[in-house]
Amino acid sequence: MANFFDEMMAGGTGAVREHYREFDSWLQRQSAERIERKRAEADLTFRRVGITFAVYGDDAGTERLIPFDTIPRIIPAHEWNALEMGLVQRVKALNMFVHDIYHDQNIIKAGIIPAQQIYQNAQYRPEMQGINVASDIYAHIAGVDIVRAGEGEFYVLEDNLRVPSGVSYMLENRKMMMRLFPELFARHRIAPVEHYPDMLLENLRSVAPNAVNDPTVVVMTPGMYNSAYFEHAFLAQQMGVELVEGKDLFVNANHVYMRTIRGPKRVDVIYRRIDDDFLDPLAFRSDSSLGVPGLLSVYRAGRVTLANAIGTGVADDKSIYPFVPDMVRFYLSEEPILNNVPTWQCRKPEDLAYTLAHLSELVVKEVHGAGGYGMLIGPASTKQQIEDFRQLLIARPDGYIAQPTLALSACPTYVENGIAPRHIDLRPFVLSGKTISMVPGGLTRVALQEGSLVVNSSQGGGTKDTWILEE
Amino acid sequence: MLSRTADHLYWMARYTERAENTARMLDVAVQTSMLPQSTEDAESGWRAVLGISELEEAFEAKHDVLDARNVLEFMISDATNSSSIVSCLTGARENARAVRGVLTTEVWETHNATWLEMQRRVNKVALDGDPSEFFEWVKYRSHLSRGVTVGTMLTDEAMYFLRLGTFLERADNTARILDIKYHAAKQAGLGDAVTQRDFYYWAALLRSVSGFEIYRKVYRDAITPARVAELLMLRADMPRSLLACMEQVLFNLKAVRNDVSLDTERMAGRMHADLQFASIDDVLEAGLDDTLSDFLENIFELGNRISRDFLVPLAA
Repeated sequence: MANFFDEMMAGGTGAVREHYREFDSWLQRQSAERIERKRAEADLTFRRVGITFAVYGDDAGTERLIPFDTIPRIIPAHEWNALEMGLVQRVKALNMFVHDIYHDQNIIKAGIIPAQQIYQNAQYRPEMQGINVASDIYAHIAGVDIVRAGEGEFYVLEDNLRVPSGVSYMLENRKMMMRLFPELFARHRIAPVEHYPDMLLENLRSVAPNAVNDPTVVVMTPGMYNSAYFEHAFLAQQMGVELVEGKDLFVNANHVYMRTIRGPKRVDVIYRRIDDDFLDPLAFRSDSSLGVPGLLSVYRAGRVTLANAIGTGVADDKSIYPFVPDMVRFYLSEEPILNNVPTWQCRKPEDLAYTLAHLSELVVKEVHGAGGYGMLIGPASTKQQIEDFRQLLIARPDGYIAQPTLALSACPTYVENGIAPRHIDLRPFVLSGKTISMVPGGLTRVALQEGSLVVNSSQGGGTKDTWILEE
Repeated sequence: MLSRTADHLYWMARYTERAENTARMLDVAVQTSMLPQSTEDAESGWRAVLGISELEEAFEAKHDVLDARNVLEFMISDATNSSSIVSCLTGARENARAVRGVLTTEVWETHNATWLEMQRRVNKVALDGDPSEFFEWVKYRSHLSRGVTVGTMLTDEAMYFLRLGTFLERADNTARILDIKYHAAKQAGLGDAVTQRDFYYWAALLRSVSGFEIYRKVYRDAITPARVAELLMLRADMPRSLLACMEQVLFNLKAVRNDVSLDTERMAGRMHADLQFASIDDVLEAGLDDTLSDFLENIFELGNRISRDFLVPLAA
């Protein structure tokens, strides 16, 4: 893993890259004490403000901080512009795909995606078949995970189209950097991100059911013990809308209402941060106490908008991922701008054979897995771990895909012994409504352990502020 | 506003106020216990502390010996005692966390910082064995929480429900302290004649509600039980008196009036009027004990009605 792209230092010469020069010269002049003091200040502030997340199955530290690193990830405008074009294209195609799947299924008829890939997918929702949603938009908020392997060489790792989280950290990280090092913002032209909540509200209002004039938008959370509760509360507050739980809502005469101190109030758009399965105990999991009985029927009647729509998971599953470039070609008649990571689909015998023969070089992921759980990173695993995984793979090959172990780019990061490169990814948040929009940048996650490629916060990852430098 | 949101705000304020009053009451108990007294008197003093919050049984289920150390531990840091200071501050913070989006950043941070700091302080109390500084701190954080609420929040429904919680809880707590102290005084044979022993007893009660200096200012005279009762019940200008609390309860209840709340408002209005037009002689003649227990029952009923009309109804 020694060979990776360093975001700050050019390979070979060790020279600082153009877009990091100003930052580097500033950094050289900072004393270790000042940086250490600022880091402690950041830690204290995050804790006091309560920007914490819960780790499931961890009783002792039920509220933890996500480590924040003070060295920003800087992306020059020309690179970002290309990424942005690629993201708009990709998310547009993905929305068209979900619409197609729940209507005419032209992509199946054209023989591009096998029908069983759809119908056998646990995320496919037959309830959505033939249902029209506002503006034909399904994934109103998409969090697309992107990694860099080399100069100009970006790959999409995952399209998160269900309830992607992390945007509050993007916003809080920026606020923190501006508070800790205001002088840096005077020296750089950093594209702002603070207007994200306004864009989000605008986007949600634009997809309200037809004929609603002044739509009421709410954020729906599973509750304060959910790991992303901070973000739910944060977004509701920033947008100035109510944060509701399932028990605050009820269905009456084909509309959704919330219980207020002045009686029922109609709700038109629900930005729900709760999985499909828990939305409506009458339609999905009957043991769900988080949902609203009857919600699905109102939704199907087009009297309320859910963002994201029910059934978007059919498009962000790892078994569908290999087909996304074909979707772009099929729906938009364009060549995809963003690359997919080459993927072996273990359901195919020849791909399985290749995977089994190269386990020590590959990354193998569960098709329905998320959060860095249930995966094998070949080069970082012991012989025993590989053999154990081999058995899992043979037992249920269609549950897995394999990808080459990418040399993820690395960014200088504070570690115990000073500054060292650590691997990073990037999650931009793409909003789809009447138009497709996003704030420049996204959330940069960093794997804090040396050599680690797992950036998930549940696995000890940290975050950085992400700067798009305007030219 | 969501009913659940109002519910969290109301309980956040009640827990904060309860933590403060518990600290006040314990502080006085600790001060009183330093006066020369018999073992029996000391024990009955600590029993009275538990009596105020109706916790004798819960305490006896956990402790064999009724002494200062056990009572303080039970009332300060025992997380299984829902009235302990730790439980109250945790409750306040949990409720705040559930509606942090409705609070200003300053209000939320105040509650969160209190909760974080509490854990360190509680350990220190256990180590040092001197809780007075801790009580001071709890009072101070409660003042701060109220101040930052009034100083930063919009005067809207959120504020009204916070204030409603604060004053309903305070009315309840003041009535309880007064009730128990009068009862204990009777048992101890304290009469109307003002002895030195009496002085310390009533002075301690006054101090527990920040009323000692107020008493001096208002009456400029010796401390008598009748005047203490008057001050804590009927003086509208004494911020912890029953009348002052009911005035605020009524005001905030009117501010959030809805289609079904008129009966509740009427009830609060009656309670307020009863205090406003009473003289202390009437009260004493009718019996202070009875007046206070009626008042406490009414407060309980009023709380239930507020829950039913506006909030998440309490489980039956």
